[in-house]
Amino acid sequence: MAVFQSVFDIIGPVMVGPSSSHTAGAVRIGLAARSIFGEQPEEVDITLFGSFGHTYRGHGTDLAMIGGLLGRPTDSDDIRYAYELAEKEGLKVNIKVSDRNVAHPNTARVVMYAGDRSMSMTACSVGGGMIDITEIAGFRVRVSFDNPTVLFFYRDRPGMIARVTRILADHAINVSHMQVSRKEEGSHALMAISTDGAIPEPVMAEIRTISELGPIISLTELMREPDSAQIDVTGE
Amino acid sequence: MKLYPKNFSTVVHNCNLSGISLSRYFLDIEIVLNETTEENVLSQMEKNLSVMESAAAKGMAGVTSFSGLTGGDAKRLSAYRADGSPFGDSLYLEAMIKSLAVNEVNAAMGVICATPTAGSSGVLPGALLTTRDRLNLDRRAQLNFLITAGGTGILIGNQASISGAEGGCQAEVGSASAMTAAALVEAAGGTPSQSAHALAIALKNLLGLSCDPVASLVEVPCIKRNAVGVVNAIAAAEMALAGIESRIPVDEVIQAMGSIGRMMPVALRETALGGLAQTPTACRMTTMLQEEGRIPWPFPAVTIDDQ
Repeated sequence: MAVFQSVFDIIGPVMVGPSSSHTAGAVRIGLAARSIFGEQPEEVDITLFGSFGHTYRGHGTDLAMIGGLLGRPTDSDDIRYAYELAEKEGLKVNIKVSDRNVAHPNTARVVMYAGDRSMSMTACSVGGGMIDITEIAGFRVRVSFDNPTVLFFYRDRPGMIARVTRILADHAINVSHMQVSRKEEGSHALMAISTDGAIPEPVMAEIRTISELGPIISLTELMREPDSAQIDVTGE
Repeated sequence: MKLYPKNFSTVVHNCNLSGISLSRYFLDIEIVLNETTEENVLSQMEKNLSVMESAAAKGMAGVTSFSGLTGGDAKRLSAYRADGSPFGDSLYLEAMIKSLAVNEVNAAMGVICATPTAGSSGVLPGALLTTRDRLNLDRRAQLNFLITAGGTGILIGNQASISGAEGGCQAEVGSASAMTAAALVEAAGGTPSQSAHALAIALKNLLGLSCDPVASLVEVPCIKRNAVGVVNAIAAAEMALAGIESRIPVDEVIQAMGSIGRMMPVALRETALGGLAQTPTACRMTTMLQEEGRIPWPFPAVTIDDQ
């Protein structure tokens, strides 16, 4: 049973209706995908599984995911016009529904394309607008947003984890959760590190000097509660 | 880990001991438990209040839901009020209009603040935005209203539930109405004990309410229930302010709500498998919406390509 301990668990979140899991959570999945891709994709394949697939039209789950992919926050009033916005902002959208069995009933997979780049992400909406990412670029992960998280892609070789975590240790940054995933020995690997408090920029700069380290993606921004987003009180 | 007070009677006792209001008490706990500051809590609450105000304004101007099933009732009731209700104007009528307005905005995918849920988001704003002028509540008193409602909502959520899937509509509109009643009493100058009685009375009146939404949408009967929820909240607050007491202590009422929720069949807990959702008319509406492509066909879903 849920244990509530903040008045904002009851008064909030601020969101577009009608459902926190099927709308607000879906926006956050779209935002996470966009942030992991690092730019707005030109085309996206969205596959909806389980309850997402059954009720997406009534809850606007498709609109919410597209809104997130276009960088709109959970409380953005124009999410209901997401298809029109996508057309205007140059995002081609393909929606599919799958009856394949998935671990969580509210799961969505996103494959994003821009130029010759493409990347996939799978996530589920676990309730109250909160999401877990379960797959990134083919790597199995489990990223919640309880703490700030940074993804490090690198070439799988001995000592890489120690080199990154040593820098964190030197700056007294505490790791709250860490996962390592690779496709095969010696090939590409992914390290997902969650920390108590965001990693300061000077420390990130030091980490970036490590050779053999590939792209680094910070998901710290996604920690943001829907309530803390800027709100235009004037409405439409 | 420090824990939130478990029951309302402890909270009332503590408030009486230190001679403070419920809102002061809940604000102090909020600051300690969540390691925040009074300034942060108030500024975040201010944002939530602004969202309620803009949602109410938008809904009163008239909106239509995504399914096309609902909308425009706040505007309709507002026009009726302007023409002069045969029963005379009342606080209740004004509150109903605002509650309908906010919940119609929710169904139309507009921006709302969940209180405690999206489906019951009209009840609290309807009461606050209607009574604040009559009670001469300054901005800080309005934020206090939200803090008291939030704190008492936590007591309900932790002892019972605020989820329709867990406890039916009594856990959503019932909880919204109960916490609103408690906040109304404080705003009107009542004591913490009177707030507790108001919460108990309001919640008792809605015990057993099922969650049986037509076509799985948060529209029918949810929106009109928000209007009834606010009327019930004001009625309970008025009774408590008059010194009328709940014969069953508040925490026992909350626990009874949780217990009824657990006994409720799954068909009446947000699955659309029973009650209003399975009436011949609801079934016809569902088929119609499916044919229009506004809601999906039921399980098993087949793999389809929309484009």
